[in-house]
Amino acid sequence: MLLCCVFQSFLRYTIYDIRHTRVSEAFLEDKKMHYVIVGNSVAAVGAVEAIRRRNKTGSVTIISDEPYSVYSRPLISYLLAGKVDENMMFYGKKNFYEENNVETKLGQTAVELDIDERIVELENKELVPYDKLLIATGGTPIIPQVEGKDLKGVFTFTKWDDAKNIKDFIKRNSLKRAVVVGGGSIGLKATEALIELGLKVTVVELADRILSVTFDQRASQMVEDNLRKRGIEIIFDNTVAQIKAKGGHNKGSSGGKRRVSGVVLRDKRKLACDLVIFAIGVSPSASLVKDTPVRVKRGILVDEYMQTSISDVYAAGDVVEAFDLVMGITRPIPIWPNAYRQGSVAGCNMAGGLKEYQGGLAMNSVEIFGVSTISVGQTDPDEENYQVLQEYNRGRREYKKIVLKEDFIVGAIFIGSIERAGIITALIKERTNVRNFKDYLMREDFGLIYLPSDYRKHMVSGMGIEV
Amino acid sequence: MKRIYIKEEYCIGCRLCEIHCLVQHSKSKKIIKAFKREFPRALPRILVEEKGYLSFAIQCRHCEEAPCIEACITGAMYRDKTTGAVLCDEDRCVGCWMCIMVCPFGVIKRNLEKKKIASKCDLCQGEEMPVCVANCPNEALELRDF
Repeated sequence: MLLCCVFQSFLRYTIYDIRHTRVSEAFLEDKKMHYVIVGNSVAAVGAVEAIRRRNKTGSVTIISDEPYSVYSRPLISYLLAGKVDENMMFYGKKNFYEENNVETKLGQTAVELDIDERIVELENKELVPYDKLLIATGGTPIIPQVEGKDLKGVFTFTKWDDAKNIKDFIKRNSLKRAVVVGGGSIGLKATEALIELGLKVTVVELADRILSVTFDQRASQMVEDNLRKRGIEIIFDNTVAQIKAKGGHNKGSSGGKRRVSGVVLRDKRKLACDLVIFAIGVSPSASLVKDTPVRVKRGILVDEYMQTSISDVYAAGDVVEAFDLVMGITRPIPIWPNAYRQGSVAGCNMAGGLKEYQGGLAMNSVEIFGVSTISVGQTDPDEENYQVLQEYNRGRREYKKIVLKEDFIVGAIFIGSIERAGIITALIKERTNVRNFKDYLMREDFGLIYLPSDYRKHMVSGMGIEV
Repeated sequence: MKRIYIKEEYCIGCRLCEIHCLVQHSKSKKIIKAFKREFPRALPRILVEEKGYLSFAIQCRHCEEAPCIEACITGAMYRDKTTGAVLCDEDRCVGCWMCIMVCPFGVIKRNLEKKKIASKCDLCQGEEMPVCVANCPNEALELRDF
C-alpha cells in the first residue's frame, strides 16, 4: 500500500513502538528499576500505564502533596455545583494503584531534588531514591498581589480542596454574593457552579470579552449573552485592585483572619461580596527543580522524549513547556489531553522505549449553562494571510468557524453543534493539506467521505487505526 | 483482539447497520418496540456516510492509542482488558464532550436524554458478532482479528 507523506507522523508512533517493545522489553523486565513520579493527576496516569506496558517488575512510586487517590481536577466545578458526589471524583476505576502495582506517598510534598544522588526528599525528611524520575507537579493558580488577598473568603479554583473549602464556606456563612476574577473557562465553570448554589455572581475580566484567549469575538459574545440571561454581571477591561474586609480592617482584633466584605476595582468602583475566586490562570509549579540544573523557562523545558535537560529526569503536564504544533513554539498549554499524552510518552521512554511527543495544541471542550463549546488551535488570528470559513445561525445559536493558513487548518470553533468536531482536530494535528476538499469543510454532512480516498482508507481500514 | 473492518467498495448505503445498531442498544432489543414504544429512542452508534454512489458505514475504530481515553476527564472512557474494546462507563460520564473534540473519526455522539452521556460503539459486548456486521447484506463490514 502506498502511503503518502501525511501518514508518516501517524506511523512514526507505531513503528517506534513495535520495534522497541520487542527489543527492549526483555532486558527491562528483569531489571529492578525505581520509577518515581511526583504528581498524581493525569500525566501520572499516562506515565504509569506506559511504564507498566513495558516493565511489570520495577517499582513505581507516586508522590503527591494532596491526600487523595488519583482524581479528576476538571470535576471540581461539578462537585461544587453538586452535580457529582465525592465518590465520582476519583479517576476511572478505583483500583488504579493496585492494578498497576503503584506505591503511593500521598499528602507528602516533595521539597528537594538531589540530581547527583538521584534522591527526592519529602517534607517529612523521607528520602525517595529513583532511577528514572517524572516531574508532573502541574500548575499553581496565579494570585495577584492585591491588598486583602489573604482574607477569609478568597479562593483559587484548581483542586479538590478548593471546591470543598468554597462549599463549606458558603454553607457556614450562608453567602449571597461572589466575585469571580477571570472570565476564562475555569472562572466561568466556577461561576456556573456558584449560580447553581444560589449565589449572585459578578465576573471581572481584564480583557474586553470573556474566553478571550480561546474564542473569537462572536463566540465570546454568544456565551456572554447566555451568561447575562442568567443574571450574571460581567465587567470588562477591569480587575480587582483591593479586597476589603468586614469592619474595614484586614486583621481582626482577635488576631484571626477577617472575612471578605467587598472588592475595589481598578477604576475605583466598589462591589460588595462575601466570596472572591481568583481564576486568572495557572503557572507551572516548578519549585522542585529550583536550584537544580534542570532548565526552566516559563515551564520545565523538555525534549521530544519529554526528558528535561538532565538525563533520567522527565517532566510532563502543566508543569512543562512543550512544543505547540500550531504556533510552532514551545509554551505551556495546561490542558488535560496534552498532559495525558506527555505523561504517556515520558513513561514509555522512562521504561526503555523510544517515543516522540508529536507536539500538542490548545483545545478545550466546555459546556457553560447548557451551551456546548469546542475550540481548537488558533481561532482568532489577527494577521492577514489566514482564510476564515464561518457560519453563524443566530436562531439556533450555532456557530462554526474554521481558520486556515496556506491550505492547512490551524484552528476551529464549534458552538451549539459540536458533532464530529474531532475530524477537524485531527486534520489540524496531522497537518493535512486540505486544498482538495476545502469546499466541503463547512457542509453539515462533512465527514471522512470527503477526504482523499487513500487517506480515508488508511484511517479507517489500514493499519492506521491509531492516531 | 477483533476489530470491524470497513469495505466501502461493498457498501450499498442501505443503512440496515444503523437500524440494527439502534435496536441492539434499545431497552427491548425489539425493532418495532424500539421505534414505536421507547422514548427517547435509542441512538445508533454507527454512521453511514454518503456522497453520490459512494458510501460506507463507520463506527468506533477502538484505536490503539485512543485520543478519547486520553481526553476523558473522568476516566469513564476506558479500554476493556479482555476484548481491547474502547468502552464508555456511562455512570461515570459527565457529558463534557472532550471525546468528541478529539475523536478523529467523529464517531462519538451526544446522548442528551436524561443524563448527558457520550454514546459510542461497544462492539456489541456479549454478542458473538456485532449486529452491524451480522446484518450487513453485502459483507461491507467484517469482523477480523487485528
